[in-house]
Amino acid sequence: MRSHRFITAAAICGALTFGVAACGDDEEETAGGGSTGQEQSASGGEDRSSLSGSIRIDGSSTVQPVTEAASELFGEEAPNVKITVGGAGTGDGFERFCRGEIVIADASRGIEADEYEACKAKGIDPVEVQVGIDGLTVVANKDLAIPNDCITTDQLKKLLAPKSKVSNYKELGEGFPDQDVSFFTPGTESGTYDYFTETVLETDAEQRTDKVQTSADDNQIVTGIEGTKGALGYVGFAYAEEQADKLKELAIDGGDGCVKPSVETIADGSYKPLSRPLFVYPSTKTVAQPEVKSFISFILENNKEIVEAAGYVPLTDELMSTAKSNLESATPVAAPTEEG
Amino acid sequence: MEGSHFAVSNPGAQGPRLQRARTRRSTGEQIIKGLLALAALLSVLTTTGIVVTLIKETITFFGDVPIGDFLFKTDWAPLAGGEQQAFGVVPLIWSTLYLTAVGLVVAIPAGLGVGIYLAEYASPRVRKILKPVVELLAGIPTIVFGYFALTFFTPNVIQDWIGIGVDVFNGLSAGIILGILVLPTIASVSEDAMSAVPQSLREGAFGLGAAKWQVVLRVVFPAALSGIVAALVLGASRAIGETVVILVAAGNNPNLTFDLTVAHQNMAAFIANTARADVSAGSIAYETIFAVGTTLFVMTLVLNLIAIRFVRKYRQVYE
Repeated sequence: MRSHRFITAAAICGALTFGVAACGDDEEETAGGGSTGQEQSASGGEDRSSLSGSIRIDGSSTVQPVTEAASELFGEEAPNVKITVGGAGTGDGFERFCRGEIVIADASRGIEADEYEACKAKGIDPVEVQVGIDGLTVVANKDLAIPNDCITTDQLKKLLAPKSKVSNYKELGEGFPDQDVSFFTPGTESGTYDYFTETVLETDAEQRTDKVQTSADDNQIVTGIEGTKGALGYVGFAYAEEQADKLKELAIDGGDGCVKPSVETIADGSYKPLSRPLFVYPSTKTVAQPEVKSFISFILENNKEIVEAAGYVPLTDELMSTAKSNLESATPVAAPTEEG
Repeated sequence: MEGSHFAVSNPGAQGPRLQRARTRRSTGEQIIKGLLALAALLSVLTTTGIVVTLIKETITFFGDVPIGDFLFKTDWAPLAGGEQQAFGVVPLIWSTLYLTAVGLVVAIPAGLGVGIYLAEYASPRVRKILKPVVELLAGIPTIVFGYFALTFFTPNVIQDWIGIGVDVFNGLSAGIILGILVLPTIASVSEDAMSAVPQSLREGAFGLGAAKWQVVLRVVFPAALSGIVAALVLGASRAIGETVVILVAAGNNPNLTFDLTVAHQNMAAFIANTARADVSAGSIAYETIFAVGTTLFVMTLVLNLIAIRFVRKYRQVYE
């Protein structure tokens, strides 16, 4: 009886210890375990089997699928390199990167001045390597009759600018339907939101707050737009393409006529102004580690395959040569200008 | 079995062998006692830790936002940038209480009905089947309720069958499903309370010529009142703090309105929605999470304190 009690006590103790230890774990997703063996073995002409080490990546959830897809394919060639990819968001990614907690920061925008300063303060010099291009798609409810399914950036500005009082589409002018407005957009902390408010509304991360529902969950945005008459919003290009049967993707007129978002128009730059670069940021120090450099050059060598798998647009030749030279020479990124 | 034998022996008749056993035994007791105290301490420390964290960040928040603005202003846009940013928590508190009220309007009559039926009317066979089914309802993950509300209840039941033109994300559907979610809690706890009422009370009432419904409503129900109130408060606490159903089905905007066809948001869902967006630590949006958390904490605490007083006041103890 006594010994039985001791066993129970030990079990309770063990459970407690385990519980406490489990609380300290990082919430990182380990990628690289799920390779199916069906992917084409990507060839870079480099023997990577002798590489080892671990690469911790975190940052933009937009770039996450790119680094995740890359780590899966990379894992076939370099089985001894352990790669973890998180998607905490561009801002949080840079924060961790500049504290030296991670090796590579994923980013869906360039590094900002305060983030750059934070890195500098820790003696970390970020190196900017572009890995792809993302488009941002303005989407609407299927029944919303926008003339020619095309909207100008000025009209978007009228609709969504801070303190906008537009409550009905007919206020936009001739041809617009008599329909109350309703918007579903990503939340203020998302890179997509920053990107839209900056490039279309030309504000410092501000858009109107009434008649707008924001969500960190793209799914919820799509559900809202799909089910609400007169709803309009914006999501990443890849996500909009996936959900194309539920929504209407609008063409954008940035001053040079209507352009529909597509892989072609985003790659050739004609889809303006809603396409944006996707980056990975190693530092001058981490890029000197052979496994890190090899991993990033792997993304560039197999750019089309990896970036398209993630739903984005691969680099053009010109962007590719910039990215390659940044990586080869480990050029630290120039200090961004302070905004505002 | 040796140990249990010694446990009952007369302390005045201790042999050396017994003493040795007692010493060993008390060492074991001490260890067990220590471990159990540690377990208790762990929960105390966790609670303390949570309260300290909440209060610390909340104080920082009120350094930036006047407490009067937070509690009494009616513009709520804590995540907006620039001039539009506003921290009047009233709409959020309103939506929280309103959704809870809608939930309870569904859950209280239905839950008490189930409880009364199970305790007083159901035959043992029916009870044997029905009770596990009700308890099974309590075991369904709330995310399932959330998507049930969003993808079935809103479009099929409310929009098509009943024909109310609600938004995709609306307070009505979320509130009703919230009620269904809380129902088993109320049913199960109130049923336990009524079953605990001594049979002699029922028999006495029947002996005086009372009808079944009179026995139930005028004898059993009042006798079980403190337990029933506990059931209602448990249900209300559960409803007020429910996150996922509201997050999935009610939308992300609190609304200072009686209109249930539009989006609403409660405090827990606000916290979840804001926390899953990548707000950076130390920003005002981040601190808002803690201010709202503290407010919710105070609200549920007050609710529980009222309930404890009420339960004490009306508690009836039977032999």
